[in-house]
Amino acid sequence: MSDATNHLLENLNALAGGLFLLAAYGMIAMRQVRGCLNLFITQSLLLAAAAALLGLRHHSEHLYGVALVNLISKPFIVPWLLRKTSPAEIYTRREVNQALNIPTALLIALALTILAYFLGLPLSNAVAPEFRGTNVPIGIAGLLLGAFTLTVRREAVPLLLGILAMENGAFFAGIAISRDLPLLVELAIATDGLIIVFIMGVLTRAVQQHVGTTAVGELASLREAPTEAAQEEEEAK
Amino acid sequence: MSELVILLIPLVATFLVCVPLPKRWPMGVTVVSCAALLILTGRLAWRIAGGETLVSTLHVGMLKWIAVDALSALILVLIAFVATTASIFSVGYLTRENLTARKLRLYCANYNLFVFSMLAVPMAAEPTLVWILVELTTLCSALLVSFANTRGALEAAWKYVLLSLMGAGLALFGFLVLFAAMQAAGGGTYTWLGLLAAAPKMPPVLLQTAFVLILIGLGTKVGLVPMHTWLPDAHSQAPSPICALLSGVETTAILYVILRLFPVMKAAAQSSAESWAIILGLISVGVAAFLLLQVRDYKRMFAFSTVEHMGIILTAVGLGTSAGGYGAMQQIVAHSVTKSFCFYAAGAALMAVGTQEIAAVRDLIRRSPAVGASLVLGGLAIAGAPPLAIFLGEFAILKAGLAHGRYIVTGLLAAFIVIAFFGVMLQVNRIVFGAPEDEQPVSLVTVHAEGEQGVPFRLPFSCRLALILGAVPILLLGFYIPAPLHSLLALAGGALFP
Repeated sequence: MSDATNHLLENLNALAGGLFLLAAYGMIAMRQVRGCLNLFITQSLLLAAAAALLGLRHHSEHLYGVALVNLISKPFIVPWLLRKTSPAEIYTRREVNQALNIPTALLIALALTILAYFLGLPLSNAVAPEFRGTNVPIGIAGLLLGAFTLTVRREAVPLLLGILAMENGAFFAGIAISRDLPLLVELAIATDGLIIVFIMGVLTRAVQQHVGTTAVGELASLREAPTEAAQEEEEAK
Repeated sequence: MSELVILLIPLVATFLVCVPLPKRWPMGVTVVSCAALLILTGRLAWRIAGGETLVSTLHVGMLKWIAVDALSALILVLIAFVATTASIFSVGYLTRENLTARKLRLYCANYNLFVFSMLAVPMAAEPTLVWILVELTTLCSALLVSFANTRGALEAAWKYVLLSLMGAGLALFGFLVLFAAMQAAGGGTYTWLGLLAAAPKMPPVLLQTAFVLILIGLGTKVGLVPMHTWLPDAHSQAPSPICALLSGVETTAILYVILRLFPVMKAAAQSSAESWAIILGLISVGVAAFLLLQVRDYKRMFAFSTVEHMGIILTAVGLGTSAGGYGAMQQIVAHSVTKSFCFYAAGAALMAVGTQEIAAVRDLIRRSPAVGASLVLGGLAIAGAPPLAIFLGEFAILKAGLAHGRYIVTGLLAAFIVIAFFGVMLQVNRIVFGAPEDEQPVSLVTVHAEGEQGVPFRLPFSCRLALILGAVPILLLGFYIPAPLHSLLALAGGALFP
């Protein structure tokens, strides 16, 4: 392939990376649960696109495999599995009280992205030159933003999507630095993601049935000193 | 291919328990399969202690990533042992709950899957595959933690899954970086052995980053402070036999994955792995020791003691000598058998009095001598009183620390161990021998609702059997380590620091 094409592919990969990061920001800020799911699907599609572009660039069949696995499992099977396992009204929910308000959360997310850049730089420099690029810092940013999502969200589904977004971030960096991971492992990891969705969906349904809420982040009765709410519940029994 | 059979048995048992047959069937299958596992893993460990090494000769698909050495054999035997006693304890524990047949099948199916996932962790040799199996241990046990479906159990299960998976996300990136480090060093097969061979040529930045990411990520699941917040919740809300598995062997199996990286780091050009281990280990021991003084729930107490012991083991490995490695291995064995016994005793106490609150239980020895006595034995054993198993392990570690000249580390460790000893014994003493207070608090009334006062509590036969089986190694390992176990411990400790 000519240099110009390679250059174009690399730029397109960087563009996918930028949009990938934007989706991660969106998942922190979006209040609607359904919107959050759509952003996650977008992010997974961008991951698949980046893997395909890098595969084209480096003639790696393995990366096509990664792209295909991501294309099938996350945008299609994950929402289907969620609908099967968790209660239906979960999509219509809107999260009003997050732990932090949206501007503060986004500012912290910005700080995390800058941190990710400085964390990713030495890693990028340590691998062979053809692996260098924007993927590692963006992947680390995706990882950190996913973890941050877990700390600010309260609803079950955004929390679950935060976990999967962390995996997306790890893979976004992974497709650049560890391209030749056996495809079998890649498939197993995708299956594992589906089990995560299944188990957490089942747990969400159980929480909704027995406690009557899907804002699982607000459950906080277990600690050293029994809280008032827990005591009242004991007395009610 | 006995190692393949070990993995097949729990899977077959999972299918078998789903067959709708009378209520005794699922528990019976589970006990039998766990006992078979104990025999098979014991035989495997025996062969390895005799000097054999087993690396799979199969080269098909994922099967080529199966390998067992002394370290993994040790963990396998422990898992099988605790799984066996826990399954026996489950029989009596679940009979009292009056479960529907469906719920019982669900429990047993999950139990066998959980045992499978734990056994697979030490048998797999490919790091990313190990990562997937670690995830599976979380996912297979999540529904067991939430089994009671109470508010507390569901909250604990949710926290457990969320924090473990969050840690696993970091660890996944760590394993991918490790793979990149291996490729930068010229490639090779991505297994624990391959890593060891490639370590000297790896770029230190990549290796260090991978190590720290994996230590923190999997450390979340081991319960190292400050990532331990979920552990006392999950390990106190799950049914007692599950607590024994979670606290006794699951944490150990995950810690094993972290331990696998130490020889790699040792072989590398520069390494700070040991300082990380000592710092995180000492913080865990210290924080857990002080938290032990103020617990209000006796199952939470044993959960915090797990945090403490994981810290002790990590500190021992951080000493970086083969004596420290041997001590760590001894402590791993002692902790697994003792902690599972403690949770059986706690489960028996819960069955006798119906509450987990320390303040609400007094004078247990009079209400049920057997339960009171086993709680005392468990408390003494886990706190590290001589001549019981944990004492020898802790003694070996402190001795290794002094011999190596690490006086500050050893001194701090000893101080924290003493504080934890008092913490545990204070609470156990209150529960078992404490005089009932004159003006009875309101909660005491609800306590006696379970069994009317004066009516002695009878522990089901299977629970008593589990307690007796669990007590054997605690008492035996306190003064005598059989020769095969000794050579297995030495081999496993030697594998850490070649």
